[in-house]
Amino acid sequence: MIPQTFEYTAPQTLEEALGLIAGGDRKILAGGMSLIPLMKLRLATPGEVVDLGRVSGLNGISENGGVVSIGAMTTHHAIETSRVTRAHCPLLAETAGHIGDVQVRNVGTLGGAVAHADPAADYPAALLALEAQIKLISAQATRSVAASDFFLDAFTTALEPGEIVLEVEVPAEDQSEGYSYEKVPHPASGFAVVGIAARIKKDGNRIAMARIGVTGMGAHAFRALAAEKVLENGGSVADAAATVGDGETPNSDLYASADYRLHLARVHAARALATAISRAS
Amino acid sequence: MKRKISLTINGKSYTDEVEPRLLLIHYLREVAGLTGPHIGCETSICGACTVMLDGRTVKSCTMFAVQADGRQILTIEGLAADGKLDPVQEAFWNEHGLQCGFCTPGMILSSKQLLEDNPNPTDQEIRHGLEGNLCRCTGYQHIVNAVRAAAKAGA
Repeated sequence: MIPQTFEYTAPQTLEEALGLIAGGDRKILAGGMSLIPLMKLRLATPGEVVDLGRVSGLNGISENGGVVSIGAMTTHHAIETSRVTRAHCPLLAETAGHIGDVQVRNVGTLGGAVAHADPAADYPAALLALEAQIKLISAQATRSVAASDFFLDAFTTALEPGEIVLEVEVPAEDQSEGYSYEKVPHPASGFAVVGIAARIKKDGNRIAMARIGVTGMGAHAFRALAAEKVLENGGSVADAAATVGDGETPNSDLYASADYRLHLARVHAARALATAISRAS
Repeated sequence: MKRKISLTINGKSYTDEVEPRLLLIHYLREVAGLTGPHIGCETSICGACTVMLDGRTVKSCTMFAVQADGRQILTIEGLAADGKLDPVQEAFWNEHGLQCGFCTPGMILSSKQLLEDNPNPTDQEIRHGLEGNLCRCTGYQHIVNAVRAAAKAGA
């Protein structure tokens, strides 16, 4: 499997990279864990590829004033193992550990994954539950888009031509919060058949806050808002989980029919919520 | 247009002109002549092409050679030092952690990574750490035994 020929540029600075992609017709290479397989299958045949791998300043994790900033080129491995993410956004660290396998996590990047917006990707569920902001930059401007406004459709995001993901900003999770990412991986590909990211804040025995992100179910990840409400209004985990996927049209494929997917989503939502509740203090 | 790349493989410098579309595995096997990394599935699933790039395992079938420009690569050929097998290789030998041997170069490098990240893994952690490598002989039990033995030997 050999990709079609292409012109390759590896800019060293962000300015140079943004200048190169300003026209919007060059393909951007981050970790390449999705793009390169597509190019090998010739499902993607870009004429020009801009590799962000050598651009300085796009890689790193820091926490400042209750916000964790993660550079676009930060690898899944770094997010999974960083002391900062494990302390301040453990849901994202746990989610990163479920992506692909070790070799993929060593190379694949957060920015690449969110820009690619695979309907079965793991991060979108967590980023929705964490109410993260995706910071975008072009040669002209920077802007910030809420995760809930970023994932628009399968492989379709709010990114405009000429824009790249600069970083992802995650409001730090409260130390007393519980969290969990529950995933049913496809046995061959490892992608999420369904994935549920849950956050729970307790106030005594009451659930003061519930955030639930769901991936793998539809064209793009979504928040299970009805289920969050059920919990925040004192309803049970079972009642909350039973509303997950209401009003959505679940994906259907050879591995999982729409009905089965919906069933999996509800079973695993209940598990994710139970774990998150047990971890909350 | 071809591009000039310079990289270090197993401690030796290489400089070549390559097409940007040349995959790292093809560069290693066909240009550098290192046939230890194998081409299995070619779809970043099986891990037979695993090599270390700057000390972390990668699937060299899912990386362009140009991306490795200026970086350090370790293939299975570079693991033994001065004719002495690496402790992980030694453990695979002793525990018969292979059947046909096709997946072995990738398995050994992934095991090395696993033990660097977690020197005392449980069997569960060993299996999880090797999830990116497939053995189509299904000889996993001896591979897990080998990694456990390597950990015990302080590899």
